[in-house]
Amino acid sequence: MNRSIIISSVFHLLLIFITAMSLPFLAKKPLDIPPIISVELIQITEKTNIPFAPKAKKIIEKIKEKEKKLVSEQAPPKKVEKTKTKTVVSVDDNERDDNKTPEAVPLPEKTVKKIETKKEKKQNPDKLDEEVKQVSEFEKKEFVDLDNIAKLIDKAKIESADVIKKNNDITQDQDRNIDNTGLTLSEEDALKAQIFGCWSIPLGLPYNENLLVRIKLMLEPDGSVTKTEILDHARMNKPGQGFYKVLAESALRAVKLCQPLRVPTTGYERWKELQLNFDAREMLEG
Amino acid sequence: MKKKLIILLLLLIFPLKAFALIEVDITRGNLSPLPLAVSPLSIDEQSRIEFKKIIKKENIGSEISVIVENNLKTSGLFNPLNKDAFLQAPEIANLKPRFEDWSLIKAQALITGKVTFINEKLRVEFRLWDVLAAKEIMALAFTTVPNNWRRVGHIISDKVYERLTGEKGYFDTRIIYVAEEGPKTQRKKRLAIMDQDGANNKFLTLGNELVLTPRFNPTSQMVTYLSYFKNLPRVYLLDIETGTQEVVGDFPGMTFAPRFSPDGKKIIMSFAKDGKSDIYTMDLENRIVDRITNHPSIDTSPSYSPNGKFIAFNSDRSGYQQIYIMKSDGSEVKRISFGNGIYGTPVWSPRGDLIAFTKLHKGKFYIGVMRTDGKGERLLTENYYQEAPSWSPNGRVLIFYRETKTNSDGEGFSAKLWSIDLTGYNERLVTTPTDASDPSWSSLLSN
Repeated sequence: MNRSIIISSVFHLLLIFITAMSLPFLAKKPLDIPPIISVELIQITEKTNIPFAPKAKKIIEKIKEKEKKLVSEQAPPKKVEKTKTKTVVSVDDNERDDNKTPEAVPLPEKTVKKIETKKEKKQNPDKLDEEVKQVSEFEKKEFVDLDNIAKLIDKAKIESADVIKKNNDITQDQDRNIDNTGLTLSEEDALKAQIFGCWSIPLGLPYNENLLVRIKLMLEPDGSVTKTEILDHARMNKPGQGFYKVLAESALRAVKLCQPLRVPTTGYERWKELQLNFDAREMLEG
Repeated sequence: MKKKLIILLLLLIFPLKAFALIEVDITRGNLSPLPLAVSPLSIDEQSRIEFKKIIKKENIGSEISVIVENNLKTSGLFNPLNKDAFLQAPEIANLKPRFEDWSLIKAQALITGKVTFINEKLRVEFRLWDVLAAKEIMALAFTTVPNNWRRVGHIISDKVYERLTGEKGYFDTRIIYVAEEGPKTQRKKRLAIMDQDGANNKFLTLGNELVLTPRFNPTSQMVTYLSYFKNLPRVYLLDIETGTQEVVGDFPGMTFAPRFSPDGKKIIMSFAKDGKSDIYTMDLENRIVDRITNHPSIDTSPSYSPNGKFIAFNSDRSGYQQIYIMKSDGSEVKRISFGNGIYGTPVWSPRGDLIAFTKLHKGKFYIGVMRTDGKGERLLTENYYQEAPSWSPNGRVLIFYRETKTNSDGEGFSAKLWSIDLTGYNERLVTTPTDASDPSWSSLLSN
């Protein structure tokens, strides 16, 4: 009986031991907090304003050390680190302002200098405990950095959204142009280049008068002109409009000289009527 | 009603695709001169023989067309095509041009005409054709004495120029200038007058006295200029038709830089005494003299604006000679030239929009233009020595004179007239029988 009790208890103890040894919490190492945890921590702190706990202080110190190591492994240039500190401090100093204006733009150099002097004061050992100072610096650094990054990310998101929106608008416009009103850029360029060569600008015209001649053309599919119409025809025979008449005649000559026009091979319905706006001011002025 | 509703419904169900009118902006073009053909004016054999007797020219029709061609060419705005390329005879072209033939040689405009001898007079009719539009755009006829044949050519040129550019021409005009002869130290200077193309040159004075700065009046009948009277430079007035001349006013000092007012009733000039000079006007009818400026500096070279309301002049009141404008009563004096260098001889454009000037900067002389507020300064030409710009009546071309450098032996000096248009590219030597300086362009004679 005793013997069986002993065997049973031995087996039970063995089982308990095996179970105990195989439990995961005992087998795992202490939690290794990655830097990402600190981000979360800071965000919470920032939003809830929880006072700085002594335990958290230790954890943060550990993370700080790790980060330093990481930084040294990545080995960024020393100067960069300095400027980083500078900007960090500077932004920190303007944090109050930031609270007021969350969309604050990067600070000018003047402010940075100003803040540097303040930083020196803070580093005075007579007034501040070394450890606390470091921690607070870290805290500030993290707060500010992340805050800034978050803002930048948000801003970037907004901007990119805007750009996408604009792009969408442009595409829609272009589509509309191609669909309804316009020639494609290459089609328009080909036509312009052809007429530029045919149009002898009357060089005696004054450059400072508003002389714009609008001519409506009716075209055949091969680009030959069946009808030309000066849209401000009434102006042609008005007294004192000699320059307009001369320009209009030169524009008509250009159209005739250029026949057949270099029109697109497709979409005749689109361009069978065409309006040419002849404006010589740019040329006469230049 | 029912039908209309059905149509409306159908339209709503099957909307027609509407296309907006495509607009293309043409903002550039070809700046090369307009190619045009000047066909010789046709002439019948009888008229040709008659004219040959009078003006000693083989074919007056061809001679007139050459004048037109040269005028249009010198303007820089037209490119008259070579006559050898013409496919149609003048007689037929004048009646009804075959436009295909003219467009084949790239002519955009065509000038044809006919000369006849009627009642001892010269009758010229001419037509201007738009080759590409295949239509006549102008037709005119003139009758005059045969000796005026050159002027007929100039008038045709003006009409063609005006019809194709929109602004008045400047071919039927004359130029008065100082003809110079002899070595530089002993120059003989005479007043001379000629057509704008250099033909019909005549000397108006004998050269006994020094003459300077002749200026036409608006009707181009009178000339005011500077000459010496009792060893003092004085402003003179000369009637070209009668040849009579007189001293303007009786001033105790030196008068110079005369110019007519736009209405021709006054002469504006400088009067110098005791080391300073001021601007005065004199009414030619009642000889009343008005003092316009009163400043201890040297104010000279006055020039009226075409409306007569303002006067441009140069003054050294700021320390250096600069251009100023003021109201015609001498009030509201305003400096308008602020560039580097010395500015002088301002001349208001007949259009009223620009002021031409001479500029001296770093030892170089420039002829330039600026707007009347002093902005938009453009230097058209640069040389060792050049000055005295004078506007063509349409405000498009400037004539001035240019002197060349004398070499170490004191030789090589010359003074010539040059013209340049507002683009600054069309610079041409104006041929004169002698050396020439101080040109002044008349207004259009056929106005």
